[in-house]
Amino acid sequence: MPRATQRLSPIAIHIPLLAWTVVACFPILLIISNSFKARPAIFGHPLVPPEPATFSLIGFSTVLARSRFDIYFANSLIVTCVSLALILLLGAMASWALSEYRFRGNRFWALYLALGIMIPIRLGSVSILRMMVSLGLVNTLVALILVYVAQGLPLAIFILSEFMAQIPGDMKDAARIDGSSEGWIFARLILPLLRPVVATVAIFTMIPIWNDLWFPLILAPGDRTRTVTLGVQSFIGQYVTDWNAVLASLTLAMVPVLILYLLLSRQLIRGLTAGAVK
Amino acid sequence: MVSGRPYRGVIVAFLAPAVLIYTVFLIAPIADSLRLSLFTQPPGAPLTFVGLGNYRALFTDPNWSTQFWRALLNNVEFFCIHMLVQNPIGLALAALLSARQLRGRAAYRTLFFMPTMLSVVIIGFIWQLILSPLWGVARQILGLVGLQALFQPWLGVEGSALITISLMSVWQFVGIPMMLFYAALLAIPIELIEAATIDGASALQVFLRVKLPLILPTVGIVSILTFVGNFNAFDLVYAVKGALAGPNFSTDLLGTLFYRTFFGYQLQLGNTTMGTAIATVMFFIILVGVGFYLFVIQRRIQRYEL
Repeated sequence: MPRATQRLSPIAIHIPLLAWTVVACFPILLIISNSFKARPAIFGHPLVPPEPATFSLIGFSTVLARSRFDIYFANSLIVTCVSLALILLLGAMASWALSEYRFRGNRFWALYLALGIMIPIRLGSVSILRMMVSLGLVNTLVALILVYVAQGLPLAIFILSEFMAQIPGDMKDAARIDGSSEGWIFARLILPLLRPVVATVAIFTMIPIWNDLWFPLILAPGDRTRTVTLGVQSFIGQYVTDWNAVLASLTLAMVPVLILYLLLSRQLIRGLTAGAVK
Repeated sequence: MVSGRPYRGVIVAFLAPAVLIYTVFLIAPIADSLRLSLFTQPPGAPLTFVGLGNYRALFTDPNWSTQFWRALLNNVEFFCIHMLVQNPIGLALAALLSARQLRGRAAYRTLFFMPTMLSVVIIGFIWQLILSPLWGVARQILGLVGLQALFQPWLGVEGSALITISLMSVWQFVGIPMMLFYAALLAIPIELIEAATIDGASALQVFLRVKLPLILPTVGIVSILTFVGNFNAFDLVYAVKGALAGPNFSTDLLGTLFYRTFFGYQLQLGNTTMGTAIATVMFFIILVGVGFYLFVIQRRIQRYEL
């Protein structure tokens, strides 16, 4: 038996962990709690949670009346979900081609597609904007989706290929002998097997897309196509002095993401660490 | 793998959509940006080839070079702060989290990673409010421990704005190195640690002599991810300080300089070709960093089969 004295005592471990918990959560909780308070209480007692006497929703009503957060949320949702679906489908198809068949150029295409893992797509922004202008896609969600799919594919293909290479060949061989088409094997045998790795790919691609400011700012700054991130940015720019509205807009942008995160955090973190071990 | 010969059509059909979108919207624009950086375009005139002229201006013409070298230096500082603060904290948290028989591990992990999930823009505004002298939260909290006199509007002072912004970013992204280190630490077999413990090694010795050497490859990955992320950063400075990266450009990074050059600001018109020259310099900085990692660091790091 290892001697107990050689280990750190549980208290010595919990103290720094609790301290960082406070550091990590306090700023977020402070903003959320103050967004439910009336102006005098925000400034008078910022560290006190809202009480019946100081409770106020004035900030939220300002935000909802003066900006289109509903549209911003819908835009972010559409862009993120459509991009993710395309990345997963096209990424899985490409990974299947690369990991299943031996053909000339296989290594080349795998390397070519991997370049984008490290090279930030932002560096091509000037040319992307020129292209979107000539295609008439500026201020459309399509422009954002195309860029995000291109940005997300390299890592998705890399992760999915590693995973597909581990799928045993017997089932595929059996299906081929039965005369199944390659498309059928991919859709019916392979796609359902991808479920565990889909979570990993989804996290790595969704978070940067949802949170991105750069491309919405450059490609789709119009009021109808703004995403939540850009919407908050420009709303706060206009209403800096209205603290209730600023706090409420931050809370509105954060809370749905936080709820989703807390609900899914187990799967999210499992996916993250599974992808990271590689 | 099966021979691809009978399936040529299938391969093309499966590979083509991804290759097409990736080529058209990622590779081609970056290649085109590299090309454009060799041209100049005065307002209303066609593109004219100038060779490396844009780069000469960027590196030596005081109109550009002052801004460029300042942004580059700031960016190096931004990166160093992340390496010296974010990654050690991430490692320390991961080491504590991976302690055996720890209660509440999942809760800690979830809460530590929470800021990382949020948009940089939101994080920027949150800290801006907290540090605002108008609201006084930071001053009050310092007051609780009797350090009220230390308070300054850090974001507004030239000497401290960049450090403050870097620390905001560290606070947000510490979750990423933490998770990567945590996963690597969990992969270490318990027998190794028990053997060292039985031999009389203290917890600190086990960490430094056994665990750290085993997770060196992860240190390499974390460093290169930090490098690429930092030399491509933009959102935080833009959210907190706008395109002018004040006070007096003290928080200007290559990303904000790129944006400002390309789009212009206030009365200054945007300059497309200079914008692409800055993007190209960023491209080569990242390329050199990634190359250094792949061909020098990754080959030298000793890997142990676990």
